[in-house]
Amino acid sequence: MNARFSTPLFTLMAWSAVGLLALGALYTLATARGEPVNAMWLVAAAVSIYAIGYRFYARFIAERVLQLDATRVTPAHRHNDGLDYVPTDKWVLFGHHFAAIAGAGPLVGPVLAAQMGYLPGVLWLLTGVIFAGAVQDFIILFISTRRDGRSLGDLIKTEMGQTAGVIAMVGILSIMIILLAVLALVVVKALADSPWGCFTVFATLPIAIFMGLYGRYFRPGKIGEMSVIGFALLLASIAFGRTVADSAVLAPLFTYKGESLAFMLIAYGFVASVLPVWFLLAPRDYLSTFLKIGTILSLAIGICIVWPMLQMPAISRFIDGTGPVFAGGVFPFLFITIACGAVSGFHALVSSGTTPKMIADETQARFIGYGAMLMESFVAVMALIAACVLEPGVYFAMNSAPAIIGATPEAAAQVISNWGFVVSPETLIHVASDVGEKTILSRTGGAPTLAVGMAKILSSVMGGSIMMSFWYHFAILFEALFILTTIDAGTRVARFMIQDLLGTFIPAFKNTQAWGPNLIATGVAVLGWGYFLYQGVIDPLGGINTLWPLFGIANQMLAAIALTLCVVVLYRMKRDHFAFIVIIPTSWLYICTLTAGLEKIFHSDPRIGFLAHAQKFSTALETEQILAPAKSLTEMHRVIFNDFIDVGLCGIYIALILAMLSFACIAIREARASEIATVRETKDDLLRPIGA
Amino acid sequence: MICCDQLGLKLSKSLKKLSNSARLMVGQGDYEAYAEHMRRNHENLAILTPAEFFRDREEARFGVGGRRAFRCC
Repeated sequence: MNARFSTPLFTLMAWSAVGLLALGALYTLATARGEPVNAMWLVAAAVSIYAIGYRFYARFIAERVLQLDATRVTPAHRHNDGLDYVPTDKWVLFGHHFAAIAGAGPLVGPVLAAQMGYLPGVLWLLTGVIFAGAVQDFIILFISTRRDGRSLGDLIKTEMGQTAGVIAMVGILSIMIILLAVLALVVVKALADSPWGCFTVFATLPIAIFMGLYGRYFRPGKIGEMSVIGFALLLASIAFGRTVADSAVLAPLFTYKGESLAFMLIAYGFVASVLPVWFLLAPRDYLSTFLKIGTILSLAIGICIVWPMLQMPAISRFIDGTGPVFAGGVFPFLFITIACGAVSGFHALVSSGTTPKMIADETQARFIGYGAMLMESFVAVMALIAACVLEPGVYFAMNSAPAIIGATPEAAAQVISNWGFVVSPETLIHVASDVGEKTILSRTGGAPTLAVGMAKILSSVMGGSIMMSFWYHFAILFEALFILTTIDAGTRVARFMIQDLLGTFIPAFKNTQAWGPNLIATGVAVLGWGYFLYQGVIDPLGGINTLWPLFGIANQMLAAIALTLCVVVLYRMKRDHFAFIVIIPTSWLYICTLTAGLEKIFHSDPRIGFLAHAQKFSTALETEQILAPAKSLTEMHRVIFNDFIDVGLCGIYIALILAMLSFACIAIREARASEIATVRETKDDLLRPIGA
Repeated sequence: MICCDQLGLKLSKSLKKLSNSARLMVGQGDYEAYAEHMRRNHENLAILTPAEFFRDREEARFGVGGRRAFRCC
């Protein structure tokens, strides 16, 4: 047969096979009733849908909608300085971009969403990433690449006006504060009353300082060497952690309540972000980045070797919104609970950060922007698998607050069995001893659940049940380590933003070298997230309940803002007829964030609505009754005050996105009225032969 | 053994890419590309030593105004 004819035919057949695989896998997942389904169906559904999305939809966007042009000069060529602007190999850049977008979000969100069963989460992860998340990352990367690699705030300023830009910046700062608080809460929840976990995380401090000194004075720049040494020391500290946990003398030194850990974390955040970066922050970043990539890879390999069964039902009874992990029904709360992995506004900051300054050719934006987001979505799918391979009873015991399931294995087993997820107290005790903890009850926040799931998968590959506790603490350390790195780096970023913002009123604040403004701005940043962290720690419903939805709303709001920019830019480019590809996901995000924001304020159920919650406490106050978590009347007042702070925050988010919507309408009208494209791209004034 | 040589070359190139990618993940660009760029375009300027380059990149990632260390949630 002639090769020229056989190739398209072969392609057609191959893609039809991929399509059939996707359909078959989804059918199997959706029709499973009562029996565990193999997790490989989930992997198959995800991978085949990603392949189809990348091959057809992303290509359509690249060629027809954006009309990427390989001959255009990118910022990396125009401003090549060998430092910030460097044309970089696309595989090398892909790794960089992926490492920058992958964080704790895609690991935590799906774990929380698993309370509704795996199916709602999977469907949103897959549709979300194909039509919203990856599209956003890709188009923002494209927009920034055509504008000298400028940042999201700047881009909004030039395409939508000064005020819109300032609003976006306020949005970015507020989401950052909430993000840091919620991540810190995840760490606190994972380390509370766990001497083994605490010891290993504390041990990372001297290890990182040692690495910092090594890389500064002894062997400058030898990142590989120092990371290998650091990694070996980390493993040693995990192994020694068991001895600490078993020792009557050492264990109390590393056993802390949530409140004390929160204060330590706040103090740590302050100190770490004013210290020289090479001393602690940078070496920890090396360690956590490589550990993160390595662990994600090993989890993927582990799942493919073990082929675990999903114990969680496809759809659980909690899709009605009465679940213990987070309050509220599928719409809108599932769509804000799973943010990263489906669509995440934060990625817009990365796509308009360093990546556009290093992209060698704008046609690579599809591979790097769309492709890396697909990979992040896969990380989220793996997190969902890890949560769903646990027995549902164990999952709910770990993720429900003591106020709901009680504080003993017997009480918890009874409550959870009554929900229809039969579990015995012995099982709960057994799992705890397997992973080397006293109890696994109410270890909310997602990280411990993920760690148990990962330990279960990884110990089946290596080490068996003896290694289970090692893998559990390895997984906890891996999450804690990179969350802590995000906290110090994030506090520094927030500090610079605050100094920028205050500097517009008091010029002295702009001086980032002076100690005064430096300490004040750092203090403001730390108190900002510290406030929400503390509020979360003392919350009887576990804190994640309140904070995660706020974070989800903020993150999706930022995504809505970024996608709005994409809509405006498409109109300005005179590609009106293709604008629907971003209008649809943008509208969906507006609908979700607005509904969720309004419900968080006004919903009549005190578990969901902040006003109803405040009302409940006020009513109790009138009769001088004291409700948990408050222990005194003063604390009752504080709970009510916190509710109003949360109401205010939701109100700000709603106002922000409504404002962005109106700026977008103005910009689109202006663009449509014009005969010619009004887009403000950097002029392509240099000639570049294809392939150079 | 031309074929083995080519395979070896390909392998070492891939390893180089892998190591470059790992370094770039933590903000450390390619020193050789930098030095090459400076030699070709800025003959009269001093080139940073590898250690200076390392510190410069570290400062650019986390230092004042540095916003690139920030990763997604």
